[in-house]
Amino acid sequence: MHPADNPLVSHPYKVGPLKLFWLKTRRASRPLIDSAMALLPIVLVIAFFQLVVLQQPIPGLGEILRGAVLVLVGLALFVRGLQLALFPIGEEMAYNFVRKGKLWWLLIFAFTLGFGTTVAEPALIAIVDEAARVAAAGQVIGNTTDEQETYAIGLRLTVALAVAFALALGVFRILNGWSLQYLIIGGYFCVVVMTFFAPPEIIGIAFDSGGVTTSTVTVPLVAALGIGLARTIHGRDPLIDGFGLIAFASLTPIVFVMAYGVLY
Amino acid sequence: MDVIINFWYTLLTMLRDVMPVAAIIFGFQVLVLRRPIKNPARIVMGMLFVLVGLTLFLEGLAMALFPLGRLMAEQLTAPEFIYAQHSLPMGDALWQDYLWVYAFAAAIAFATTVAEPALFAIAIKASQISAGTITVRGLRFAVAIGAAVGVMLGVFRIVTGTPLHWYIIAGYVVVIVQTALAPKFIIPLAYDSGGVTTSTVTVPVVAALGLGLAETIPGRSPILDGFGLIAFAALFPIMSVMGYALLVKWKAQRSKDRNGHQNR
Repeated sequence: MHPADNPLVSHPYKVGPLKLFWLKTRRASRPLIDSAMALLPIVLVIAFFQLVVLQQPIPGLGEILRGAVLVLVGLALFVRGLQLALFPIGEEMAYNFVRKGKLWWLLIFAFTLGFGTTVAEPALIAIVDEAARVAAAGQVIGNTTDEQETYAIGLRLTVALAVAFALALGVFRILNGWSLQYLIIGGYFCVVVMTFFAPPEIIGIAFDSGGVTTSTVTVPLVAALGIGLARTIHGRDPLIDGFGLIAFASLTPIVFVMAYGVLY
Repeated sequence: MDVIINFWYTLLTMLRDVMPVAAIIFGFQVLVLRRPIKNPARIVMGMLFVLVGLTLFLEGLAMALFPLGRLMAEQLTAPEFIYAQHSLPMGDALWQDYLWVYAFAAAIAFATTVAEPALFAIAIKASQISAGTITVRGLRFAVAIGAAVGVMLGVFRIVTGTPLHWYIIAGYVVVIVQTALAPKFIIPLAYDSGGVTTSTVTVPVVAALGLGLAETIPGRSPILDGFGLIAFAALFPIMSVMGYALLVKWKAQRSKDRNGHQNR
């Protein structure tokens, strides 16, 4: 739907000088307020469960307050950095690739970006090490450090390849203007079929690996890339065609990891 | 002194995360696109903001919230707490004796998702390109509610020891039905929001909860049942975001119908 057709868009209204001043102040302090609002639920949840449910004092209150300040400032800086660097660079690169007609290079770029950002992801390394222990316990592989390491590295490369493939496919989809839902639902179908063949130990890890692949730095960049592409290519809608890259990147690792479990 | 050392350590880890991204962008920009980057000073500054911002953010979380969150996950799932509360003999707890654990799971998943920087990024982008139809706060809340329901159900699964893939398959069916009904503009965004929920803030706390539970409950193994919570946190936001859009659509439809009657 075009935004203008939407009944929910807030329409501009007249403001007086006092209101304008209030709006300007609010705008200036917006990043910090946003960060504080983001942080508030965690503080409330922890305070409630610690004091009411577990009935214990909160240890190291000073430390917590100092930490909270760091989180606040950090989040505000991150959001500013997004708008200064990650968003514009993603969109600009999408624009340049399309304008120069280097579409094959664009696919290679997406592939490299997916592989390069995933292979060294700390959350992924933690999960594949765990997976190797599971596999050793389930006697899928021998119980030596060597074999576990080989298994873990193989799994890491599998997930990185899955994300690389996902981003390349996602970019290809935007270029061709395919509907996202058919591809994703097709992916779900693959996942369901695979769960019947994959060894049970790998299933939990496979599903979790889909969630951990997209890091905080990659997500904004990839989103901007997709939206930039949808904006540059004629006839694409940023909302409908621009999003979806991350959806692929969290789906393909599930299939790839289960396939790894079957083949290994 | 410790604070400074930790800060440098986290900064270096972040740098390792950002380096591949920066190298890939730079490489393609120079070798393939052969184009100088527009506003290099601004981009470098923005990247620094992202780097320092995320470092402060993670450092603050590590100081204030992670230790406490993990400790609470352990305490709430400890047999002493669960059995003392209901004065049950050891080993006799049923699924309904874990009510505080469900409540904590839902609350902490909601809270950590709201604070997730990657989700912030996606919400900002979505709000920009939808011209405010999708609000930053609205999307974040919709995603967080999905994560809360998902993680709660995931905890229920660990407590009851039921197989993961049945939940996931049922979830996929719901997603497919919703996809058929939901307004088109929300679908890609909903699919994407599944992948961004589970990131820097949510994963450590939620994973600790899953492993803690699997260790505590008789008959569960951490390696088989401890995984899978992240999968829930990644699947359910897809439903809640589409559900939110459906709700808005139906409401708009209803008020439109009512106005239509009045005008006649």
